[in-house]
Amino acid sequence: MSIRISQIEKTYGYKGHGSKGHGRTRALEPIDLDIHDGELIGLLGPSGSGKTTLLRIVAGLEQADSGSIHFGDRDVTRVHVRDRRIGFVFQHYALFRHMSVFDNVAFGLTAMPRATRPSSGEIRSRVMQLLEMVRLQDFAERFPAQLSGGQQQRVSLARALALKPDVLLLDEPFGALDAKVRQELRRWLRHLHEELHFTSLFVTHDQEEALELSDRVVVMSNGRIEQIATPDTLYRQPANRFVFEFLGDVNRIEGDIEKEVLTCGNARVAVPGIENGRQELLLRPHEVRLDEQPSTRAHLPVSVTAVVPVGAEVRLELEADWLGEPWLATISHADFERLAITRGKRLFAQPSRLHRFDTSRPQTLAPLSAS
Amino acid sequence: MIRIGDAPRVRRLLIGAALVLTALFLLLPLVAIFAQALMSGIDVYWQNLSDDYTLAAIGLTLLVAVITVPVNLVFGVFLAWLVTRFDFPGRRLLQTLIDIPFAVSPVVAGLVYLLLYGRNGWLGGWLDAHDIQIMFAWPGIVLVTLFVTCPFVARELIPLMQAQGSREEEAAVTLGASGWTIFRRVTLPNIRHALLYGVILTNARAVGEFGAVSVVAGAIRGETNTLPLQVEQLYQDYNTVGAFTSASLLALLALLTLAAKAALEWRAARRETAT
Repeated sequence: MSIRISQIEKTYGYKGHGSKGHGRTRALEPIDLDIHDGELIGLLGPSGSGKTTLLRIVAGLEQADSGSIHFGDRDVTRVHVRDRRIGFVFQHYALFRHMSVFDNVAFGLTAMPRATRPSSGEIRSRVMQLLEMVRLQDFAERFPAQLSGGQQQRVSLARALALKPDVLLLDEPFGALDAKVRQELRRWLRHLHEELHFTSLFVTHDQEEALELSDRVVVMSNGRIEQIATPDTLYRQPANRFVFEFLGDVNRIEGDIEKEVLTCGNARVAVPGIENGRQELLLRPHEVRLDEQPSTRAHLPVSVTAVVPVGAEVRLELEADWLGEPWLATISHADFERLAITRGKRLFAQPSRLHRFDTSRPQTLAPLSAS
Repeated sequence: MIRIGDAPRVRRLLIGAALVLTALFLLLPLVAIFAQALMSGIDVYWQNLSDDYTLAAIGLTLLVAVITVPVNLVFGVFLAWLVTRFDFPGRRLLQTLIDIPFAVSPVVAGLVYLLLYGRNGWLGGWLDAHDIQIMFAWPGIVLVTLFVTCPFVARELIPLMQAQGSREEEAAVTLGASGWTIFRRVTLPNIRHALLYGVILTNARAVGEFGAVSVVAGAIRGETNTLPLQVEQLYQDYNTVGAFTSASLLALLALLTLAAKAALEWRAARRETAT
């Protein structure tokens, strides 16, 4: 079932009352978002960006001030939560603490009006099937307090899927779990989604989670959508500086440009095609190459202040007089060995790419390969 | 682990002091009540108990409790629900207002009701014209008791419901449950221990209230005397045994209440360890 969100707007605070005197706070600017049938969409943003508010409005747990929401052709803007046919997974599971795992999952079925309620035998087999799906069939008689966080969240997912909802909404579903369990549940949710093809919208502040799970990511800040794109596009072609900075570590260089060369203290780098004047340019850690000699296009002396060899790459921290804050660089183990890098080693940075965001369209330059 | 003040001598001293004080201030008076009541033998005790006026007082006391407890149970749950589940202007003010019956002396509460509903009171003229008697009759006693006991249930529930939050209820509503189903199957099971405790407190106070009731009851023997008033009146009449007989009933009720509370706590604790 597709979801169409149009011009959804929300402001908090009482009219004329203004909590603590600073008036009303705008939670959501008018928001438009189309979600296709069977899509898995991640709402990504820092806290206070309005992503949870938007999710709760789609669920019907909160009311928008204006705008409309359609599930397929059905206008659900004025439809009560209980009739929206959604599944909702809460950050802290919100399991019914006095009910067994079985009763938790069965709740939606047993709460149906008598006329439409399935027989207890049907409920039993449906619940057991769901518990099998989340691999908790042996835990049916346990109480939530007897389960680990990951198990509780799986119960909560089974409970949300029991009524075969049109739409599955998840509010920071893995936010309260430790890193390893989170990884596992992510992969598992991805499989479940491929199997069942529910349309799904989830909220997260973890960029890695958003990029790994989503078909498309919606980046939000200050109640606005900054960009809607596939994870790949999002990372490679950020629409603006906020998205660029939110999606990963960022290095900055600021200096005066004259004749297509940026100078900053004793450092300089070629910036082909950029007009004269003061300019700030950004680059990712993996866009920093290191060498023992400066090149004709870049003369950026740095010294290595920290070495973290984790995973497939080596993370380095670089400092220099011309830098306001240290740069991060990720280089291959091969380069690391070739340059015999140790702490305190002096090297020259070679930016493979530089990004500028002060223009209406972000611009990417490649100083090393330019003519 | 070493705890401050955990020396054996200090510990023995503290425990001893606690035991002595408990015996002196709590246990001894309780024993004295029954000793006084049974002073002249079980026959006299029984005679005093089956006295018409005492029986009337028992009946009236039970009537007050039977009305007050259910009304304040419903009122308290509503109030707690309202204060913890909704955000509206004046919510904090309402939470403060709930405490008025705690803050005000019961005698003052009785006087206010007298001022409102009494013959010369603000509503008294209208009530008199319609031949409705509230003051110096059982409705007045029920009214002031309602007033005095109304915070108990709400006060027990509000902190608990605030701590639990409304997430489980939100989960239930997303699963299609109706408001009544949510209350019956999600909210009520989560608050039932606190609710029962609130009811026990309400009941204890409804049965034992003296100050407010004494102002509005008018002390008509056999008609508007509740047990606490009966105790006082018998004592004023130098009928010590009679007074203590009625008092022993109140004490017995108190003991039953405490036993019920202990049983509840024991059951709750057992549930905790079972899960």
